[in-house]
Amino acid sequence: METLARKLIARAAGQPSVAVGDVVVCKVDLAMIHDSGGPRRVKPMLERLGRHVWDRDRVVVVTDHYVPADTQETRAIQELTRQWVVDEDISNFYDQQGICHVVLPERGHLSPGMFCVGGDSHSPTGGAFGAYMFGIGATEMGGVLATGEIWLRVPETILIQWDNHLGPYVTAKDMMLAVCGEIGMGGGRYQAIQYAGAAVRDLSMQERMTMSNMAAELGAQAGLIAPDEVTESYVTAAGGSMSDDWTDFRIEAADRQEDHLRFDAAALSPQIAAPHSPANAANAGEFSHTAFDVAYIGACTGAKYVDLAAAATVLKGRHIASGITLKVAPASRQDQDRAAREGIMSVLEDAGAQFLANSCGICAGYGEDRLADDQICLSSTARNFKGRMGAPGSQVYLASPYTVAASAVAGEMLDPRDMMEG
Amino acid sequence: MARLWRFDETIDTDVLAPGKYMKAPLSELATHCLEAVRPEFAGGVKTGDVMLGAPNMGVGSSREQAAEVLKHLGISAVIAPSFAGIFYRNAINLGLPVFTLSDELHAHAGLVDGAEVAFDFDEASLTLASSGELLELEPLPDFLRDMILDGGLIPHLEKRFQADAEAGQ
Ligand code: SF4
Repeated sequence: METLARKLIARAAGQPSVAVGDVVVCKVDLAMIHDSGGPRRVKPMLERLGRHVWDRDRVVVVTDHYVPADTQETRAIQELTRQWVVDEDISNFYDQQGICHVVLPERGHLSPGMFCVGGDSHSPTGGAFGAYMFGIGATEMGGVLATGEIWLRVPETILIQWDNHLGPYVTAKDMMLAVCGEIGMGGGRYQAIQYAGAAVRDLSMQERMTMSNMAAELGAQAGLIAPDEVTESYVTAAGGSMSDDWTDFRIEAADRQEDHLRFDAAALSPQIAAPHSPANAANAGEFSHTAFDVAYIGACTGAKYVDLAAAATVLKGRHIASGITLKVAPASRQDQDRAAREGIMSVLEDAGAQFLANSCGICAGYGEDRLADDQICLSSTARNFKGRMGAPGSQVYLASPYTVAASAVAGEMLDPRDMMEG
Repeated sequence: MARLWRFDETIDTDVLAPGKYMKAPLSELATHCLEAVRPEFAGGVKTGDVMLGAPNMGVGSSREQAAEVLKHLGISAVIAPSFAGIFYRNAINLGLPVFTLSDELHAHAGLVDGAEVAFDFDEASLTLASSGELLELEPLPDFLRDMILDGGLIPHLEKRFQADAEAGQ
């Protein structure tokens, strides 16, 4: 049976079909790089090779990691990035417009059928659009930028099917934490994961992005979702174009029967993952009354428009508890503007939120808001490895924006349904 | 003959290239390679030695230095039943030979830590000094073999571009 991953890879490799385990060379439709792993790393490689980027229109550059640049070192990185973009004549440059994985699709760069690479480990996010997208290191990116090609071992597809429908206050983030808890961080085996089932089709495009994003936490290469009308309307509204044959990519299959995993969305509760791994996930109720200091709504995973809206649903007419700091770093300028127009930003502000830049911020352990040694954070981000968001002694719990917001109001962790449904 | 360094615990990128020393130059970072699990490794390893890892070798972050330090220390091959995907890609792109072997072979009584072995890249094999037994690893596709032989992706491309130029393209 054909899988979506093999269909996308075969197309990029210019072959009628490919088999699992084949090593093929693919043509890259789009390469995305950011300020941290991008120009400052690839520039010397391209110089050594005596090459410029293979196709200026297929390269997208985003500054998001060292934003705002408030040290000499980071200012120099941003300067180098801006100059490189000019030297390479790249027009797809988004300077401080938000986090790369969110900016890329919102500006219409992704559509079903594409084969893309990103210089960041959460690049599987692009799979939500029915594109094959994965993360690569700086050396490989140097090779891609010089040639427009990359080698790949054709992966198996693990099909994660979510049957039935999610209940209120249960989100894509909870689905992913539950899968992390179930199959562990190595469960993706660097294969392609595909999400399917009624509960996935119910999701908005940005919620689907959360699922694909966290394929990285499962150790998968890609996190695919077959395109449908939800994909079509998002891509068209973002100014992108759907290829004529996009419906050919509506494939949902695993390579092996044992790699078809099924979950029940209706039975899913909000999840919290304890430090220091997303695999430490369990029902939020099991963490009731756990104390924390910082509530963080941030990152490509957890501060998109849908995430801000979810937090506002909880925070409307409520205020965060004393002793809790709520920090919100909207994932992109566009998402923040939309949230502002819809009154979401003022709900958050009235509830006591402090706003940070539209960048990776604390998620990358960057900036003065990074966690201190004794701080415990409940965060809507994807990763809670030791020391990632600040000092080695800091502790991070992961949850959905609903759970983070409700816990901030309660002053301790809880299942958001306990607050919202009394 | 080379020494076999066998590890039975999962080796992650942070153990190979500890985050604490990531800003240091590669030569300094390399002196801390694997110190959390085998403090004598970085000082004792000799050029040509072979590393045998546990399944999911190199799991963790995408940092290239995890493979780079092993190459820097002179490891001639990293062998494991399975590799974490990004580590595997990084190793090949940096010209560090990586080979998988079957679970049966991984359990072979001769593959103990400290064993004397001869590694043959072209044949994808290990020979045990003690018994003379030849152990076959899983061969690499030609495409990846060539890239490793050239010293990694960037030197490989350099060679390719040079050949293109000489062919008058
Ligand atoms: S927000 Fe966090 S997870 Fe997303 S790209 Fe930035 S550092 Fe990575």
